[in-house]
Amino acid sequence: MEGFIHSTESFGTVDGPGIRFVIFFQGCPMRCLYCHNPDTWRIGAGERRTAESLLEEYDSVKEFMRGGGITCTGGEPLLQLDFVTELFEKAYGRNIHTCLDTSGIVFTPDDTEKFERLCGVTDLVMLDIKHIDREKHKKLTGHYNDNILAFAKFLSDRGVPIWIRHVVVPGITDRDEFLFRLGEFLAELKTLKALDVLPYHTMGKVKYEQLGIEYPLGDTPPLEKCEAVRARDVIMRGLKSELLKRKNKG
Amino acid sequence: MERQFYEEWEGFKPGRWSSTSINLRDFIQKNFTPYDGDESFLAGPTEATNKLWEQVMELSKQEREAGGVLDMDTKIVSTITSHGPGYLNKDLEKIVGFQTDKPFKRSLQPFGGIRMAMNACEQNGYTVDPEVVKIFTDYRKTHNQGVFDAYTPEMKLARHAAIITGLPDAYGRGRIIGDYRRVALYGIDYLIEDKKEQLATSLVRMTSKNIRLREELAEQIRALGDLKKLGEIYGYDISRPAKNAKEAIQWLYFGYLAAVKEQNGAAMSLGRTSTFIDIYIQRDIERGILTEEEAQEYIDHFIMKLRLVKFARTPEYNALFSGDPTWVTESIGGVSIDGVPMVTKTSFRYLNTLNNLGPAPEPNLTVLWSTKLPTNFKRFCAKMSIKTSAIQYENDDLMRVTHGDDYAIACCVSSMRIGKEMQFFGARANLAKCLLYAINGGVDERLKIQVGPKYRPVTGDYLDYDDVMSKYDDMMEWLAGLYVNTLNVIHYMHDKYCYEKVQMALHDRDVKRYFATGIAGLSVVADSLSAIKYAKVKCIRDEDGIVTDYEVEGDFPKYGNNDDRVDKIAVNIVRSFMDKIRKHHTYRDGVPTMSILTITSNVVYGKKTGSTPDGRKIGVPLAPGANPMHGRDTHGAAASLSSVAKLPFRHAQDGISNTFSIIPDALGKDDQVFMGDLDIESIAKELNDGV
Repeated sequence: MEGFIHSTESFGTVDGPGIRFVIFFQGCPMRCLYCHNPDTWRIGAGERRTAESLLEEYDSVKEFMRGGGITCTGGEPLLQLDFVTELFEKAYGRNIHTCLDTSGIVFTPDDTEKFERLCGVTDLVMLDIKHIDREKHKKLTGHYNDNILAFAKFLSDRGVPIWIRHVVVPGITDRDEFLFRLGEFLAELKTLKALDVLPYHTMGKVKYEQLGIEYPLGDTPPLEKCEAVRARDVIMRGLKSELLKRKNKG
Repeated sequence: MERQFYEEWEGFKPGRWSSTSINLRDFIQKNFTPYDGDESFLAGPTEATNKLWEQVMELSKQEREAGGVLDMDTKIVSTITSHGPGYLNKDLEKIVGFQTDKPFKRSLQPFGGIRMAMNACEQNGYTVDPEVVKIFTDYRKTHNQGVFDAYTPEMKLARHAAIITGLPDAYGRGRIIGDYRRVALYGIDYLIEDKKEQLATSLVRMTSKNIRLREELAEQIRALGDLKKLGEIYGYDISRPAKNAKEAIQWLYFGYLAAVKEQNGAAMSLGRTSTFIDIYIQRDIERGILTEEEAQEYIDHFIMKLRLVKFARTPEYNALFSGDPTWVTESIGGVSIDGVPMVTKTSFRYLNTLNNLGPAPEPNLTVLWSTKLPTNFKRFCAKMSIKTSAIQYENDDLMRVTHGDDYAIACCVSSMRIGKEMQFFGARANLAKCLLYAINGGVDERLKIQVGPKYRPVTGDYLDYDDVMSKYDDMMEWLAGLYVNTLNVIHYMHDKYCYEKVQMALHDRDVKRYFATGIAGLSVVADSLSAIKYAKVKCIRDEDGIVTDYEVEGDFPKYGNNDDRVDKIAVNIVRSFMDKIRKHHTYRDGVPTMSILTITSNVVYGKKTGSTPDGRKIGVPLAPGANPMHGRDTHGAAASLSSVAKLPFRHAQDGISNTFSIIPDALGKDDQVFMGDLDIESIAKELNDGV
C-alpha cells in the first residue's frame, strides 16, 4: 500500500515525547481558520510512499531519536486510515514508539472496527480539540465536533494514552466559559496524560501568501505566553470542578 | 637530570610527571577530581568583577565609537618583554597582564609582514614610525617578503584569482598551541634546564635539519628567559612552580600572554586548561585557603583577560572573518582513555563566566562532547547554550581515538596533542571554483584569464556527468599540487622569519607536525555534481565562449537530506582531494591533514566564485564548513546532521565543522504551557484528600 505524504521532519521535538521522526500526511477535510499547514490540505496530492520506505528513512536517523519515535501528523492522518494502520503495525513490531496527531474528525462512532485495530498499535494519541462548543467549532473548522469528542471517549475506553492540544486564539477560543467547559469535558478522559495549551502564532501566514489564499484570521495578533498560561489554569479549574462534582455525586 | 619534588607540589600525587620528565597528562590523570554534580555550587560575580567588567564595557563602547580601534602602538615592536605593566585597575585585578602597557591598545607586530602592519595602522588612522618601517624593509626581512621572493608566478595568480584563499603569508600563521600549563606546573627554571638538556643531546652532524633544530632550541631557551622577565615586569617570580590556584592561573596566563605578544596568528588558542586549574583550586579549597567566590573570581578575571586579546588588523581581514576574532579556543571536558569523564567543577566555572560576564564569542569555549559525559554537565551545557549561544561542541569520542585524552582544539576544529603535536595552518582550496575551472579549461570565470592549466574545456550545451567528473579529477590533481607547494613556501619562510619561539618552547623537542590543508565549497560541489547527474544542466556562455552561468532543468538530490545519492558524491570528493594532497612532499615531513571549515570566510569566498551548476548565482556565499547550502536541507536537523556525519574523519582529520542554529522553542516544549505529567486519578485523589 502507498500513502500520500506531504513531507518528513527528522528532528521533531514538539510533536510527542522525545526527539521524533515526524511524518506529515497530505490531505485534510478540516479548514481551521488558524491552520498553519494549509499546504497539506489538498487530498490526493503529495508524494506516494510505502510504509517500508518511511521506516527506512526513520532507521537512517534513529541514532538521534532519544526517547522518541514516530509521529504521524498532517494534514489529517486518519484520512488514510488503512495506511497509517499498516505503518504503525510495522513500527510497533519493531518496538518503535508510535504517536498519532489527529483532529479525530473522520472518526465513525457507528463503525469502529478499523479504529480498534489502529488503537492496538498506537502508543499515544495527540488529540486536537479546536473548540468545545459545537456551533463555534463549526464556525472555526467547518465541522461539528461530535465525532471528535466521541473519538476522545473511545480512546479513553480503549486505554489509549491521550495528550490534548488546544490552540488559544484571541477573540475565538480565549473565553473563560469555553475553556472551563473544555476542562469539564477532559475530566471524563481516564487516559489523559498531558495538556498542551498552544498560544496562537502567525508563522503560518507566509504559507497562505505563497499559496495565494487569503489568510482568514487577518491581523489577529499572536497570543502572549502569559495568556496561554492563564488559559491553561482555567481549563484545569474546569477539570477539577468536574472531578469534585462527580465525587460529591458518587 | 635529577628531579626534586618541589615544595609547591605538596599535596599532589607524584608520578612520572614529577620524577621523570615533563608530563602534563600524567599529572592530570593522577590528580584531577571528577565532578558529576550539578551547577548549584557556582558563585556569581564579585563586586570587583562587576566593576572591572563595567570598565571593560565602557572601553568597548569607546572603541566602537572610535571606529573599531581605540589605540595602537606605532613605534614599539611587540616582543615578550617590549612593554611595561598594563592594568585596568591594579587594585581589583586578580589576574594581570596586557599585550601592551594598557588595555585596548593594539601592538605592533611586523615580523609577519611590515606592509600588513602599516596597512592596519593606516586604515585606522595611525602611521607606523618611519624608523621601524626602514628597519623592517631594509635591514630585517619579514615572513611576507620571504614568501614573495619564492612564490612562482602561478602561485601568485592562483592567490589573486582566489582558488587558493586565506593564505597566512602576510601575518602570523597561528594554530599552534603552547602547553601553557607547563609554566604553572614546573616553573621557568625547570623548563629552561630541560630545553638545555635537549640542546645538549641534539645531533651534532651539521645537516641543515640539525642546524635548524639547534638554532630553534637556542631561540626557545631565550624566549623562556624573556617569559621569566615578563613575570618580573608584573612583580612575579615565575622561575619556580606555582604554589596555589591564583599563581597557577597567573603563571599559565603569562605563558599565553607571551605568545600573543609575539605572534598575531589568525587563531591563538589556549589549550585545555580547566581541569588542570581545577587540581589547584581543589587543593586550595581542601586546605581551607580558598572560597568558591574567590575561585570563581580568579576564573572570571582570567577569562576577562582572554576576552581582551586584540590584534591590529586591516579592514579586508575583518571582512574575511566578520569582525576580528582571535580564536582563543579553550577545550573543556572530554573523557579519559580509561573512560572517566574529565569534567571538574572548574569546567562548570569556565562556562559560568558566560553568566558572570555575559555571553561573548571569545574565548571560544569548546566542549569536548562524549556520550559518556555526566548528565548534569550535559544539562548545564544545554542550558548555557540556549541562554548564550556561545558554546562550541566537538566530538570527543571521535578525536580521542586519534589524539588520546590530552589534546585540544586550535581555532575551530583543529585537534592536536598539547605540547606534542603542532600544525602548519593551511588556509583552503576553493573546490567550487576548481569545478568551474574544470568546465572552462583552467580559465577563471570572473577574471576571464588563464589561471589553471589549459586543459580541454567542456564543449556541449549540456553538462555530462562522466565528462565533467573526469575533467574535475584532473583539475583537482593540479590544484592539490600547487596548493601544497604554496604552503611549503609559506611554512619554510614562517619558520625562518617569524618563528614561534615561546610557543614551541612549551612543546617537546620532537613534535609531530601536521600539515593542515582545507577545502571550501564542498556542498556546492556535491549539489552541482548531483544536478549534473540527476537533472539537466545547461551551460550559458559569454561572447568569449566561457561558461559563466547555468540553467538547471528538473530537480536533483541535495546534500543535507541524508540522501546517499548525493552524500556519496560529497564523501568521494573529500577522499579524492585528500588522496591527491597526500601525493606531495610536505615541508618538514608534516603529516598531511585536511579541514572542511569556513565559519565566516565562506561569504568572501562566495563573492569570488562564479555561478555554479547547482543553480547558485555568482557572488552568493558558499555554505560554511561542511554545512548544506542554505535552505536546501528540507528534512530537518537530524537528516542534515546525518549527511555531514557521513564525511570521513580519517580523510578530514583537521576537522569538519557544521554551523547550527535553532530557536530554543524548536528544541522542545516550554514547561510553562505544557503540562506533561497529568494524571487524572492523582488529581482526583488530591481533591478528595483536600476536602
